[in-house]
Amino acid sequence: MSTTTIDSHTQAASHEMSVGSFLSTYVFSRDHKVIGIQFLFSTLIWFIVGGLLALGIRWQLAWPWSNMPVIGNMLFSAEGGQISPEFYTVLVTMHATVMIFLVIIPILAGAFGNFLIPLMIGADDMAFPTLNMLSYWFMWPAFIFFGAAFFTDGYGAAAGWTSYPPLSAMTTAAPGSGNAQTYWLLGVTFVGVSSMLGSVNYMTTIIQMRAPGMTMFRLPLTIWGMFITALLQAFALPVLTAAGFMLLADRLFGTGFFLPEALSVNNSPMVSGGGQPLLWQHLFWFYSHPAVYIMILPAMGMVSDILACFARKPIFGYKPMVYSICGIAGLGFIVWGHHMFVSGMNPGLGMTFMVATMMIALPSAVKTFNWLGTIYGGKVRFATPMLFALSFVSMFVIGGLSGIFMAATPVDIVIHDTYFIVAHFHYVLFAGTAMAVFGSIYFWFPKMFGRMMNETLGKIHFALTFLFMNGTFFTMHILGAGGFPRRLADPYHYPTFSHMLSMNQFMTICAIGMVAVQVIFAVNFFYSLFWGPKAGRNPWHANGLEWQAPSPPGHGNFDFQPIVYRGPYEYGSPESDEDFYPQTMPPKQERAELA
Amino acid sequence: MGRVWSILFLTVPILGVWTFVAAMNDWWPMSEGAFGPGQWFPALDVSNHVIDHLFYLILYLTGAVFIGTGLVLFWFLWRYDAATNKDPVVFSHGSHALEVVWSILPAVVLLFIAIYQMDAWANARMRRPLTAEGAVKPPLCRVSGRQFEWRIQYPGEDGRLDTPDDLHVLNDLYVPVNEEVVIEIESLDVLHSFFLPNMRVKQDVVPGMRQYVWFHPVKEGVSDIVCAELCGWGHYKMRGQISVVNAAEYDRWFSAAYAAQETSAYDPAEEEE
Ligand code: HEM
Ligand SMILES: [Cu+2]
Ligand SMILES: [Cu+2]
Repeated sequence: MSTTTIDSHTQAASHEMSVGSFLSTYVFSRDHKVIGIQFLFSTLIWFIVGGLLALGIRWQLAWPWSNMPVIGNMLFSAEGGQISPEFYTVLVTMHATVMIFLVIIPILAGAFGNFLIPLMIGADDMAFPTLNMLSYWFMWPAFIFFGAAFFTDGYGAAAGWTSYPPLSAMTTAAPGSGNAQTYWLLGVTFVGVSSMLGSVNYMTTIIQMRAPGMTMFRLPLTIWGMFITALLQAFALPVLTAAGFMLLADRLFGTGFFLPEALSVNNSPMVSGGGQPLLWQHLFWFYSHPAVYIMILPAMGMVSDILACFARKPIFGYKPMVYSICGIAGLGFIVWGHHMFVSGMNPGLGMTFMVATMMIALPSAVKTFNWLGTIYGGKVRFATPMLFALSFVSMFVIGGLSGIFMAATPVDIVIHDTYFIVAHFHYVLFAGTAMAVFGSIYFWFPKMFGRMMNETLGKIHFALTFLFMNGTFFTMHILGAGGFPRRLADPYHYPTFSHMLSMNQFMTICAIGMVAVQVIFAVNFFYSLFWGPKAGRNPWHANGLEWQAPSPPGHGNFDFQPIVYRGPYEYGSPESDEDFYPQTMPPKQERAELA
Repeated sequence: MGRVWSILFLTVPILGVWTFVAAMNDWWPMSEGAFGPGQWFPALDVSNHVIDHLFYLILYLTGAVFIGTGLVLFWFLWRYDAATNKDPVVFSHGSHALEVVWSILPAVVLLFIAIYQMDAWANARMRRPLTAEGAVKPPLCRVSGRQFEWRIQYPGEDGRLDTPDDLHVLNDLYVPVNEEVVIEIESLDVLHSFFLPNMRVKQDVVPGMRQYVWFHPVKEGVSDIVCAELCGWGHYKMRGQISVVNAAEYDRWFSAAYAAQETSAYDPAEEEE
């Protein structure tokens, strides 16, 4: 299969650049690197969209019902720059949807998974390049459906990213949302198809196509993260897909999987029902809890690689790190009920889910201690990728610890569906994963595009993002502990919450700052793309196989057959003459024999 | 520069702790009473302090870990900065003993936290209050969520719900003080969540399911009924009010409301449509 890729490449190169060859090289490419970069650009564009939607939410919470400058007119001209309550529910729904399904999941698996897996295991491409190309192109129907869910008649999908029925199942429950909810479900289905194609490919590639000498326990942790993520996708996604089709059937064909008998909403005719709204929640979280690990395990892997490289030291406890990735993934399948403690689920079951959820904090703690152990005794270089990786560690601690409050069932009674939850998942997903993604872009940019990004701009970008981010999200814990509910267009008419306005204004100002400083990143990215200093093969003096390939690597990746002699973290090894020891470098005596 | 970055990471535990302490002591310029000094949660009106107690227990345990890891991270960055660290790299792949310690220790603490919660959870959700005779206590009233209001229904003379003598009120719940209050909750359309912040009660109401919540108010006063589950565009305005009053006042309110209902043309069957 990989030979065909190389063949078509040589053909393309030998002809003049015709339209057809342009399309097959850059658009309908089957090269894993091009596909990875396509994913990267698409997701970064959606990142901007998601960020602007977030500003809409923050604006409303700080200055409710007042006209929003600039963006207001772009987003909601119909209301003259003022956010209506209908539109507010669309904002919270679509912000989360875009960030989860169009940014975090595809940027980890789609962009970094595609780009890094063959390079880091020493393969010339993925096992199934055509499937790989399709996994990108199946994102496009999703882009279009989610876009339609936004602009379709009325005001758009508005049942939350969790889309609980009956609100999401009955058209009368959200008048004005029209077909948007149907489009939303189709969008999720296509993201699922794309992920599934990718995950089959990643598993096969990692199992089958490792270079000689690359045993499983010599894989970089990035690859372990990607591998276990692919497994999670493969086992959890079918459940979500099935649930999605059931909900579509409830909406379109009058089935009643999620609707109880004789339900009538807003004077609609009664449904025949016979179903249960809680069934959706079980099915949804059976996928979406593992999905939160899909959204962080690859990031944990990439952070581990960056930490070892810039601490100039081996990863502390490589095997415990691998086992805890597996432990998180395994336990991840039996904790979904922690999203449903107060849903009406049998409270006895809540106790079981509480114990399982507490236990999942354990592998997370082990990973954190091992990251700290990796820094201990090293020689830390504070380059931009390292700063982002360190901030991942520091912030993940916060997200993990807040998980313990919510796992405790009695405490969760108070904080469920409040800003405490919002704080928790922004610490793991933004302060964690998104920061790791920034660090990874700074780290692998030279390999992707052959040029270095600017360090000074990178550090300014880091410092400002870090400060504004904590200003925005840390205070959410306080609000949540005080009961401040999420998804409320105007919480201040409740006397219990009216005094929390000033804190929300502070958070909104920080959020505006946080979005604004991303311009620094955009400038750095595009400037460096064209004018950055040329990077050699291995600008960071790292050990991984990808750093032995040219920057950027051509078709087929390596200009020699990589043979692996050791794990990827032998920094500072006394057996090496330098402070790193590439995986492909033969051991000393072998080199002597060769010479 | 390494020093500057180390200190930036040191600000995390410092500002984090400061934020919590400031909120607990009401230093944040946002107070208009509801967070009295040291009053973190909304004003407490239940005899059952146990949820707050559990919250603070977890806060202190996780706080210690937060401060500990934050300080260790700071110290390692400060000490092992490549620009100033003259010692050779400690070429180590890990330590079996340490892994065992830092697996077992958190496991024990986490298990303890989980088991320690169970009694409070059982009391809040599984052990419905009993009457003096030992039967399950009947509900004081039924609260039904509906887009976007809370319909409240008290049994009349006969002590039973769904009979013609029921009292119907909208968004205005009265409960007697110093007594276990049991409320039946249900939904008439989509999901809602019956949230009484001051009572530490939150329960999603699910169409097709009948559920009960209970709490024990010990202080008279008025507070909010909040809907905590997204239920449509008007979710934000689905607000009710709960008044905790003494027994005499409760009786006075009940008969007055009842009399008003009898004289008005209010017909609950009509509004059901
Ligand atoms: C230490 C490990 C963790 C524990 C103990 C934990 C626990 C919990 C619990 C109990 C909830 C439900 C709270 C509620 O709704 O009342 C929750 C929500 C959530 N968690 Fe975690 N969590 C952990 C790690 C993570 C990670 C690593 C991620 C993502 C990368 C994550 C993402 C989320 C999200 C997105 C939600 C909210 C979903 C929603 O309601 O919209 N969590 N977590
Ligand atoms: Cu979860
Ligand atoms: Cu609601």
